[in-house]
Amino acid sequence: MAEALLTMTVNGDAVRLVVEPSAMLVDVLRGRLGLIGVKEACGKGACGACTVLLDDKPVPSCVTPAMKALNKNVLTIEGLGSPGKLHPLQEAFIDHGAVQCGFCTPGMILSAKALLDERSLPTEEEVRVAISGNLCRCTGYVKIVEAILSAAERMRS
Amino acid sequence: MWDEYVIPKSVEEALQILQSREGEARIIAGGTDLVPELKDKARKVKCLVDISEIEPLRKIELDGALIKLGAGVTHAQVASSDLIREQATLLAEAASAVGSPLIRNQGTVVGNVINAQPAADTAIALFSLCAEVEILSSSGTRRVPIEQTYEKLCVSRVNSALEIVTALYIKGLRKDQGSAFVRLAQRKALALPMLNVAAVVTVQDGRFEDSRITIGPVAPLPFRSKNAEATLKHAAAGPESIGKAAEAAALEAQPRDSALRGSAEYRREMVKVFVRRAVGRALQRAEQK
Repeated sequence: MAEALLTMTVNGDAVRLVVEPSAMLVDVLRGRLGLIGVKEACGKGACGACTVLLDDKPVPSCVTPAMKALNKNVLTIEGLGSPGKLHPLQEAFIDHGAVQCGFCTPGMILSAKALLDERSLPTEEEVRVAISGNLCRCTGYVKIVEAILSAAERMRS
Repeated sequence: MWDEYVIPKSVEEALQILQSREGEARIIAGGTDLVPELKDKARKVKCLVDISEIEPLRKIELDGALIKLGAGVTHAQVASSDLIREQATLLAEAASAVGSPLIRNQGTVVGNVINAQPAADTAIALFSLCAEVEILSSSGTRRVPIEQTYEKLCVSRVNSALEIVTALYIKGLRKDQGSAFVRLAQRKALALPMLNVAAVVTVQDGRFEDSRITIGPVAPLPFRSKNAEATLKHAAAGPESIGKAAEAAALEAQPRDSALRGSAEYRREMVKVFVRRAVGRALQRAEQK
């Protein structure tokens, strides 16, 4: 079996792994590092469930070869907050009832984080565009948009 | 799927790797089209050569009178570039319509061309900009008009197992020119275009001069409506000539019945509507300058 050495930073920790050169980032994160907050649904980059931040930008990890993360920073939902100390986006999602089945939530929150890192006071339209690659089949998006706008407020104050 | 993933630091190194693998390696940039094809086994390859870390390929820059877009430039970069928004407005509009923010962060404009789909949003815009494609192979560098890189439906003449597209060149639009890109799709994101139209118009003394109208997917390749363009030539710039051009485009276009994109009949009607909108908006922008 072919092998490749992958070094990267995942949620702040330096990681060094021998992987198959054709492994997808989602499989390395879930299968090798146990970061099962990263979800896989469509497998073709069309639903956003597998969203992670690669050097601060949201990308679909199911169609991203793991080797694309070589020497880069990866952030998954596990790196955002901890059970005792949630990120304002995580708190806002809970407070606004923006989580139903939860499958889209990690990707949704990471896309929102990338937006809020760039624009501290986004418009509703900017929020809708930022999460347009993340499909949710439960909520109808209204509460998700409200949660993100409210998280932006909290993060500013 | 593949046994080797190489990340060269220069185009020369990338070319060398391709040559040493004798047709069994292939260039990958964003991979948002290529990786799903490889996962589906629609395509096979032993080695992927990732050019997205080659620094000079990641730039949008002025090169003399032309704008140069490197092969690693993503849709997100193009959509947010002030230079492109000002001087090639329709390309920024097309880039911001591709896929979703996730796809736009990874996928490249050159990849959209190499994939040779008849309705790739940025390719449609690039046809109306008369873009040129720079290709590096063992015999040197050549620059060809974009339409010459298309072989047939979803097949590029660029052989990504042996050669590398390094950049696209476009002319920025002049003060007497305006442009627009419009799109019909079932949703605002993550939806294939049922129809897209890219228009560039030149307006002098209230008359249309050269216009370029590209439509997809109404033929196996991105389609320039020469009849619509001829209809506009020297006509008084306004709703009447635009209406005639839209009729001409609808007669010339050959949309097919498609379960995903709608019936041929419906889309032929929509060609009229979207050509009218694209040319109308392009005219408005030319007049505002």
